[in-house]
Formats: sequence, structure tokens, C-alpha cells
Amino acid sequence: MFGLTTHLQNKRRKERRVSFLLGCLTLCLVLPIAFIVGVLLFKGLPAICWEFLAADPIRGMTAGGIFPAIIGTIYLVLLSLLFCVPIGVIAAVYLSEYAADNWFTRAINLAIVNLAGVPSIVHALFGLGAFVLFLKFGTSLLAASATLAVMNLPVVITATRESLEAVPRQFREACWNLGATRWQAIRYVVLPNSLPGILTGVIFAVSRAAGETAPILFTGAVFYKAELPQSILDQCMALSMHLFTLSTQVVGVPEAFPYGTALVLVGIVFAVNTLSIALRFYFRTHRKW
Amino acid sequence: MENQTKKIEISDLTARYATQVVLKNITMDIYKKEIFAIIGPASAGKSTLLKCINRMSDFIRNISVSGSIKLDGQDTRSEDGSSLRRRVGMVSPLPVGLPMTVWDNVAFAPRMAGVRDKRKLNEIVEDCLRNAALWDEVKDRLGTLATRLSGGQQQRLTIARSLSLRPEVLCLDEFSIAIDPVTTMRIEEVLERLKVNMTIILVTNIVQQARRLAERTAMMLDGQLIEVGYTSELFYGGAKDPRTKEYIEGRFG
Repeated sequence: MFGLTTHLQNKRRKERRVSFLLGCLTLCLVLPIAFIVGVLLFKGLPAICWEFLAADPIRGMTAGGIFPAIIGTIYLVLLSLLFCVPIGVIAAVYLSEYAADNWFTRAINLAIVNLAGVPSIVHALFGLGAFVLFLKFGTSLLAASATLAVMNLPVVITATRESLEAVPRQFREACWNLGATRWQAIRYVVLPNSLPGILTGVIFAVSRAAGETAPILFTGAVFYKAELPQSILDQCMALSMHLFTLSTQVVGVPEAFPYGTALVLVGIVFAVNTLSIALRFYFRTHRKW
Repeated sequence: MENQTKKIEISDLTARYATQVVLKNITMDIYKKEIFAIIGPASAGKSTLLKCINRMSDFIRNISVSGSIKLDGQDTRSEDGSSLRRRVGMVSPLPVGLPMTVWDNVAFAPRMAGVRDKRKLNEIVEDCLRNAALWDEVKDRLGTLATRLSGGQQQRLTIARSLSLRPEVLCLDEFSIAIDPVTTMRIEEVLERLKVNMTIILVTNIVQQARRLAERTAMMLDGQLIEVGYTSELFYGGAKDPRTKEYIEGRFG
């Protein structure tokens, strides 16, 4: 009896030790993120003021603000969404709802998976060759957005396909049984119910497009440009590019500036991701089946 | 009954999934405004037969169908699949409320067929829900999600929905396997009322259901049509094939 109790106590103590250890290891996972955010806030917050957000950079970027970079990033993201969301969603609908399962569609699926694994600098090189030189867009907002769109296509396609396939087949069959055509079933039942998943994919694409530097490096972003882009064939500044420039290319930049820029970039991405989480939460609590 | 007109003529219908034959040379006629039951054990090909009749088979991969099905003397393949399905309604074994409101569920098919007039749609919705014995239970909550209704209610909703285009033929595929006996009885009463205006094909696992409802009954086994006959003869010692007799008496299947 006595022996059994100590045995049990030992077991319980061991259990507590293991759970403590696992907890510590998990905490290690959070540490880098907390550290990054902490440093950014500590070093970048002093730079954040109205002028920093709303003014042009002056005196060789050692003073002034980052307004053109913020606007440039917003333009790049929106324009790239304009390209990749319609194409991605249409491709996903075709692949999931219409295409037969044969070697051709399997090859397309393989291509999509591989496209997702291509490093962003390779996308940049592709954008330079295809959009800047071959299609003669020049280094421009258009070429940079198109490159970002190509980079994000697999993200949108995969997210859309997953959410289309999450809509049970029996709903489609019920529609067909009622004399609805394939397209009517998709338009009125499948797409409305897969919208949350598609939105999640789109938002993920937004944060990727906002953060990437490589794809826009050769295709449309510049170190410094006095005015905002007037057309899609103009070059523009971008936050990620600006951060790179401030940190490595310019001398005499106040220390707070790159940190402030990074803070704004992280803030935008964080805000967009929060929106995505909120949307997912909303749709989960308003599930229709 | 002999002088009744033929609604559906099935001749030499054969269906294969890949290499597996699921329907073998089915030939039979279904008359206008009768309840026609198809009985037989699982995997006899009953559901596949229904899917061939309203051409839901078009959506099944790897299926190949030969032979012909005529509706009012016209080959079903001569018209568009979706317009055929507007004439031949189908109720699936498991209740499927579409993820939209009760009202939208019933109005779905007419809308897809091009009815825009709200007053007309309201009329159709009430009419169909009454016909499916569901109106009294849902008339105050037509705006709730159909997926929130109980299983039995959803099954009656499925029936209401399939009536919304006033089909000439209504196919029911084991409509009662997911619902309680009381609801089953209510739906059976509904079917008795509906057959005045339409031809009803009833696939059922419950032999008694065929006995209660059908004018004529077909017995299927392993993709073959064993025999067709008047329920009044088939079920009361008139079955010619011993397998039909045994199945009806519950000795196999």
C-alpha cells in the first residue's frame, strides 16, 4: 500500500516535470517573435510621428518620412490582387469543378505545388525577363505587381481549391437534382459557401505581397522617388525596399528610421492578419451547416 | 390498368462503372400517374436506375450507359440534362437542406429556371410546403437556415423542394431511411395525394412500403430486373420468380 502511494507520487511528479519542460520549450518558440516585436517597438516607436508617416523622405533619406513607400506598398498589393485573385479563383474553380481527372490536370496540379516552392528571387528574375523586358512594361508598378501576382497565384489557387472542396458534394448533387446547371450550383451554392476560405487565402497573399522585397527589386521598386506614381507604368517606392535601402545603402540615417519603417510594415501585415483571423472567427460562428 | 399510357419506357438499359456491370439489360415501362415501386436488396442497382432516369448519371465519373430511356415517347438524351431534371424530380436517401433559408430552399429551383416574381415565388413556396406536410411547422420561420431543421423536417423540405417545379415524374430513393416512422407515414400520405398529378417512382428497402403505396412493383437483384407486376398480385402469392417470393417474405436480403 505504502509502496504503491510513493510510486503514484513519483509518477505524478514526473508528469508535472514533463509538462513544465514542454511548456518551457513552447515558450522558446514565442520568444523570438516577442523579441522582434519588442525591439521594433523599443527602437522604432520614437521615430513614429505624423511627419514620419505623412511626409516624403528628404536630405538623402536621412530626414523626413516614408509616405511614398507606404503608398507604394499599398498600390503594389492592390494591383497584384487585381491580377492574381480573379485568375486564381477561376483556375481553382475550373480545376475543382470542371476538369476531368487526367494526366493533364495532374500535371497542372504538380506545377502549382512547384510554383509555390519557387524562391522569391527566382520569381524576380522571371518578372524581369517576362514583364519588364519581353512584354516591355519596363521597371514599373505594373511589372512589379504582375510579378507579385505570379508569386501569389499558387497561394490563392490552393486556398480556393481547399475551400471549394470543403463544400460537401451532396449540396452540388441537390442543386443538380433540382435542374440547376453546373455553373448555377457553383454560383449560388458552392462559391458563397467557400468565400471565407478564399478570403483567408487572399489575405495571406496580401501579407506576402506587402513583405517580399526580392520580386519587386528588379521589376518596379526604386530607392528613392520624389513623387507618387502617376500611372501604373511609373516606378514606385515600397516599404520592404525602403527598409533594405535605409539599413544598407545610405549613410547618416537616424537609427530609429529603419526600425520605424519595419514597425510600420509589420504593423500593416499584423493588421491584415488580424482581419483574417476575425473573419474566420465570424464565419466559423455563422456556419451554415 | 392495361390501357394506361406509358410515361417512361426503359429499353435494354445497361450501365457499367468502369468494368463492373451494375444494370443489365433492363426493359420496363412506367405508367402515367401511378406509384411504381422498385424493391430489392442493397447493390441491386436501384439507385443507379433512378440516376439514369433523370440523367444524374452524367455527373458520375467512369459510368457508361447504353440502351434508351424515353419520357413521353422522347429519348431523354434529346434534351438538355438540367431541363430534363426539371421535369423529373429526385429525392435523395439522406435529407439535404441547402445551406440557405427554408424559403430560399424551396424557391431555389424556380429561380434557377428563371422565375423572378416574388409573389409567384411566395405562392410556390407555400404551396409546396403544404404539399409536403411541412407548412404548419415552418410557416413562422421561413427565414431560418434549412440545415437547422430536424432530419425529418429536412427530408420533407427536400420533397417540397423537388415539387417546386411541378415535375411530371418524382423519383424517391429510399426517402425514409433517415427519418422516424411517424414522419414516414406522413410523407406516405403526401405521396398518395401527389400521384393524382404525377408519376411517382419509389425505390425502397421496406417491402411493406411498396405494398402500402405502389400500384405496381419491380423486383431487382444484382443489376437485373427479376420481375414486374401488380402489387396486388406480387405480394399476395402471385410472384412468378421464387427469388421475388423469398425477398417479399423476408427470407433473404
